Amino acid sequence: MMPPRVVDSVDYKPFANKLPVGQSRAIPWAMVMAGSLVTIVPVVATIPLLPPFGFVLLLAWRLLARFAFRPWAAAPLGFFDDLISGQPLGSAVLLWSLAFVAIDMIEQRLAYRDHWQDWLIASGLIALCILAGRFIAVPVGAHVDTILIAQIAVTILMFPLAARIVAVIQNKRGAE
Amino acid sequence: MAPARDRRTGFSRRRQYGVFMGYVLAVAGAVVGLVLLVASTFNPPAFSALRMGVAGVTTPVSTGLATVGSGIAGIPDAIGQYFFVKQENVALRADRDRTRALLMRARTIAYDNRRLRTLLAIRDRSPDPVVTARLVSSSASSGRRYALLNAGRWNGVLPGMPVRGPDGLIGRVVETGPNAARVLLLSDSDSIVPVRRTRDGLPAIAAGRGDGMIDIRSVNATNVRFNAGDLFVTTGTGGIYAPGVPVARVTKAGSDSVMARTFADPDTLDFALVERVFMPVPPPRPIAQQ
Repeated sequence: MMPPRVVDSVDYKPFANKLPVGQSRAIPWAMVMAGSLVTIVPVVATIPLLPPFGFVLLLAWRLLARFAFRPWAAAPLGFFDDLISGQPLGSAVLLWSLAFVAIDMIEQRLAYRDHWQDWLIASGLIALCILAGRFIAVPVGAHVDTILIAQIAVTILMFPLAARIVAVIQNKRGAE
Repeated sequence: MAPARDRRTGFSRRRQYGVFMGYVLAVAGAVVGLVLLVASTFNPPAFSALRMGVAGVTTPVSTGLATVGSGIAGIPDAIGQYFFVKQENVALRADRDRTRALLMRARTIAYDNRRLRTLLAIRDRSPDPVVTARLVSSSASSGRRYALLNAGRWNGVLPGMPVRGPDGLIGRVVETGPNAARVLLLSDSDSIVPVRRTRDGLPAIAAGRGDGMIDIRSVNATNVRFNAGDLFVTTGTGGIYAPGVPVARVTKAGSDSVMARTFADPDTLDFALVERVFMPVPPPRPIAQQ
């Protein structure tokens, strides 16, 4: 007979073993790069509907765990995303860096935020970055706008999921 | 949520400068991004070596995933075939009997055709394929429509070569790496293919729309009527695509510019055929000496 399992529902565990420093620094980078790599799934899409998972995870890490990334981390991560996504090289480097600067400016005015405010900030940045990426990559006359709105909506709905995953991992990461 | 435990700099000059440098680097990152963007806008193939280097690593992974995916997708089919083999056999026999007469007539026609062509001394350029490969992944999150082919320079694939599927034209190669190539699909908004209508040879242009469909535009006449179901094939103009490759079928009637659906549906489970450039651009003539 197995002993009955004790359901552990306490979130706050100050004395639990945390991840080692090296791992807890590498995990955010690895997660964002894995998010960028989602485009290598073997599907040849005829319409651009796949959300940019790398960017969603980057925003979730930046908004939920402020010191998971150095302020300059957006540029190298964006460079990696550009090499895979098919956008012109430099577009994610520029847009992701600007998103980091924008979050820093918002954070100075809005230090105490709840999840809804995080989602709102992320939604704005997602919409702006996808729109800017569209005008950088595709001529103005192309008929991609309806799909683009759908892509923005799907991406915004992905943020709570990303935030949940990040929060679980952030609880295991020790404070640096 | 309370703000995260701040990394206070205190009185340490070293830490203050460190944090300051972090923000300087963050802004510098944006500037570098802008410079890269300008460079890649004015010279798109500038960073193709880097991109294709990464693609060389991701393509085998995608190929492996596609193989696993098609293996799993094939299981119900295999079971179904096992149970229905007898009915299928009967149906195939009936089919063979029905088409025998047609086959004989087709053979006669093919023979006549060959003879008449020899009489006319038509020199057909039969484009021999460079390699048969699969499209393994695509730029699914970007507005551009690129696909990655799991064959590259090692297999003889070079930029500019046309790519076709069993049903029709897929696109053309724009960048090559050692074991991967990036294919510009017909539906990309930068893709333009000269086509003609099969019915009467009306010349037109097939331009990608970016949303999976393409636009058929008339070139040399105004007020041209397109009907739903009109078929378009390549002309061979421009020298990249061989003439007569099926491109698209018009979905809705209209005039001058109509929407059309491509015949080839780029799919990871299907083969793509890379062909040689139909008629390569001749090298520039040396300038005559005065």
